[in-house]
Amino acid sequence: MRTTPFTTEHDALRASIRRFVEDELAPHAREWEEDGWIADWVWPRMGELGLLGLSVPEEYGGQGGDYWSTVVLAEELTRCGSGSLPMAIGVQTDMATPPILQFGTEQQKQDYLVPAMQGTKIASIGISEPDAGSDVRAIRTRARPDGDGWVLNGSKTYITNGVRADFVTMVVRTADADPGDPWGGISLFLIETDLPGFEVAAKLDKVGMRASDTALLHLEDVPVPGDALLGTVHEGFKQIMWQLQGERLIGAIGGVAGAWRTWESALAYTREREAFGRPISGFQVTRHTLVDLATEIEAAQALVYEACDAWNRGEYDVERVAMCKLVAAQLAFKVADTSMQLHGGYGYSREFDVERNWRDSRLARIGGGADEVQREIISKLMGL
Amino acid sequence: MKIIVPVKRTPDTAAEKVIGDDRTVDRDAGESVLCPVNEFSIEEAVRLKESQDAEVTVLLVGPESAQSTVRKALSYGLDGGLQVTDDAIAGSDALGTARVIAKALESREWDLVIFGNQSTDARTCLVPAAVAELLGVPSLTYARHLEVEGDTVTVHREHEEGWDVVEAQLPAIVSVVEAINEPRYPSFKGIMAAKSKPLDVVSLADLGVSADEVGAGNAAATMYEFEPRPPKEAGTVVEDDGSGAAAAQLADWMVDKKFA
Ligand SMILES: Cc1cc2nc3c(=O)[nH]c(=O)nc-3n(C[C@H](O)[C@H](O)[C@H](O)COP(=O)(O)OP(=O)(O)OC[C@H]3O[C@@H](n4cnc5c(N)ncnc54)[C@H](O)[C@@H]3O)c2cc1C
Repeated sequence: MRTTPFTTEHDALRASIRRFVEDELAPHAREWEEDGWIADWVWPRMGELGLLGLSVPEEYGGQGGDYWSTVVLAEELTRCGSGSLPMAIGVQTDMATPPILQFGTEQQKQDYLVPAMQGTKIASIGISEPDAGSDVRAIRTRARPDGDGWVLNGSKTYITNGVRADFVTMVVRTADADPGDPWGGISLFLIETDLPGFEVAAKLDKVGMRASDTALLHLEDVPVPGDALLGTVHEGFKQIMWQLQGERLIGAIGGVAGAWRTWESALAYTREREAFGRPISGFQVTRHTLVDLATEIEAAQALVYEACDAWNRGEYDVERVAMCKLVAAQLAFKVADTSMQLHGGYGYSREFDVERNWRDSRLARIGGGADEVQREIISKLMGL
Repeated sequence: MKIIVPVKRTPDTAAEKVIGDDRTVDRDAGESVLCPVNEFSIEEAVRLKESQDAEVTVLLVGPESAQSTVRKALSYGLDGGLQVTDDAIAGSDALGTARVIAKALESREWDLVIFGNQSTDARTCLVPAAVAELLGVPSLTYARHLEVEGDTVTVHREHEEGWDVVEAQLPAIVSVVEAINEPRYPSFKGIMAAKSKPLDVVSLADLGVSADEVGAGNAAATMYEFEPRPPKEAGTVVEDDGSGAAAAQLADWMVDKKFA
């Protein structure tokens, strides 16, 4: 009897992705980490393999798969030996482009979604600003009407893929904040990065996710055509709140899968490493530590899969998604931290992957809505 | 053009093997996979499908449970499957298998058959040539390059010193080596489509093969004993002491091994 949500077709997809990840990505992970740059060929190669459009309808050249096929990709990418790569690809497939499919015009789908899926255009999602992160409504990047189009001014920061992006799905203020309509006055735009006045002001240096390029972007009098508006004018806040559900869910899936990978390698190490005449897995405290983590990961996975199942049916529950994001982010880092402890000095050494994983997994508790933001959402929806 | 690609379900070479009392690998004990060499023959067929609009059928001789292997082969974009399943086939040697494949091929129309040159379990390399012999068609084995133009097939036949260019008229049987191409990964679309591709399952009786031509009892080869391959011997290490002696030693070694 099958108790997993995955069909034999998903299993076949998983086997094929696993081979790709092990043969073509993992051997380069260290080099990308050192370069601070994932090789550019990764996008078109994954596009060619159909991996950037697994859940995109076939009419746009996607694979036409369900959400579980996306889950398979997110899970398998955690085997590549880099947290940066799943993040960069997640931005491409599950953060910057779903709003195009959901809210975009036919033309926008052809111009942005299709090449993003082929890996010939790299996508970023631009929400955060130097003075507005958790508080999305506080953004200041402003679009003013100008003839048939708009002129944009402002800054976006911590933008993943931002140094090399061809376009940014950007959250922009289009009208002054109105106390009577707290959700209004914000719109989404598809901004091409080669427009005059668009500048990559800096490639940011970070504690982890070092192979992923993170940019500070400046926009000065950037002329934007009218058809760059994505969805409905002034309705962008609601649209981005929808987008964030998919972003958080994919992050949670990767977090849980990453926790499993970390757990497996910690277990292997404890069986191999000896102290006081026996493998350290011979100590009850080690086994209990691993058992506690495995139990927590299983529980988190069940919660996340439940949310995936709902998402697959076109439904979502904001409270549940926030819980998934919160638990997965915390767990991924906790397992990485415990794994470092179990590895002792080897865990702290740059020679092994343990410390990279520890640095990379720390981000999840901040990016995509920090832990505190998820708790605020949950507490509001619970009516506490 | 109609192409048939015979494929085999083999034990995963990475997995632990269990040898049963009948001195054959217990195929249910470990993971089974589409024989990795078949990925190259399938890739070659898919390329011909793309360039010449060929129709490609996958052929598998094996137990019912091997259907997943046929579906796997179909997921690369092939058009349909033919599976020969019959309890009497169990334990067949290369010749018995070749007889079944030959009969299965006779039941279909085709111009070209593309085999892998060997399977990763038995590695006899006998089946493609045996099938060609039984059918009386040209056999072009060990192909590292394959071209079809009109009704002529040309291959580069690999051997120790390089390759020969060999050609034949269709219908013909080809076997390919792994150097021939770089197999693709099946796409999810292909995997999904494989579910609904036509697959015919036939028995020996359907093909007109009698049970006394196949199976362990009618094998020409008998296995009496087996033992694990001896461990690899350590290679020769040439240390460079800066005097240039190492270069001379290397040169002697290469001459000795007939590399130079
Ligand atoms: C590597 C990396 C990649 C990123 N990629 C992207 C990207 O591609 N696109 C993008 O738009 N953004 C991206 N971000 C930005 C990320 O989403 C933000 O950093 C995050 O949302 C937090 O915003 P902030 O940094 O401004 O922190 P702040 O909002 O200033 O928060 C600071 C602290 O205050 C807490 N806090 C805030 N509000 C409350 C509250 N109401 N109650 C209690 N505590 C609160 C926060 O939880 C946090 O602990 C990325 C960030 C990093 C580091």
